[in-house]
Amino acid sequence: MSKTEALILMGCPEVPVQMSIVLYLSGALRDKGADVFIAGNPAALNLARVADRKRCYVGRLIELERAIADIVEKRRSFNICFALAHNDAGITYAATVRALLPESKFFMIIFGRNAEELAGTVDFDVEMIVEKAVHNPLGLKKKIDGVLAWAV
Amino acid sequence: MGCIEMLKPQVLLRGISFREAREYIESNCDEYYYFQPGFKLFGEYIIGVPPIAVGIMKDGSVVFPYTKPCHGTFVLKHRDEAEAERVRKLGKEEVIRSLKRR
Repeated sequence: MSKTEALILMGCPEVPVQMSIVLYLSGALRDKGADVFIAGNPAALNLARVADRKRCYVGRLIELERAIADIVEKRRSFNICFALAHNDAGITYAATVRALLPESKFFMIIFGRNAEELAGTVDFDVEMIVEKAVHNPLGLKKKIDGVLAWAV
Repeated sequence: MGCIEMLKPQVLLRGISFREAREYIESNCDEYYYFQPGFKLFGEYIIGVPPIAVGIMKDGSVVFPYTKPCHGTFVLKHRDEAEAERVRKLGKEEVIRSLKRR
């Protein structure tokens, strides 16, 4: 795998900053030459499709369970992954993918009203980007810019 | 709809954390085994923070965690003696593998 294959793992889409950050991050990774796959549940994928109908920013969209099956069955691999989470389920999905991609660079973007408390429950090996963000994505954007400067 | 939802399993707990699901299975099942992500149960890859506990009851039911992004984690129970036997067999093999790694 010579080209950067990036996976963005979306959580439940109910917190507004998520879609903004996903579009921003996907666009930034593509600008750096990465192939970007965005995985999520059907609602999250539809939000991305509608928000970016000309596909200026989003990469390939893939259903969450299918992405996991593709990784387990070795049809696809990723050398960098960003997992977004604002609840325990998001952490659970991230832990699953982390275990399946032990060699990848792995970042968790934890946001929402309980971001710091939630980050305290993460007990697996990841770099964390944590911000108590719900509506305003600027704090997260700044931290993600810092990571993108060295990680990709 | 996933394969597991189509089974119409009994919902034992809902809206809990993954850790709570694991603790419930460890405390309430007749036997339980641990698996890593990538393990398939009822035709679906199981989601969870490893180690993922899967329980078996004496009547041949399988008790397992099931996580949905917007609904949190459930503990589900579904009677299927063949699947329970498969979990038991693979669970024991997993124990032997983990002992060999030590």
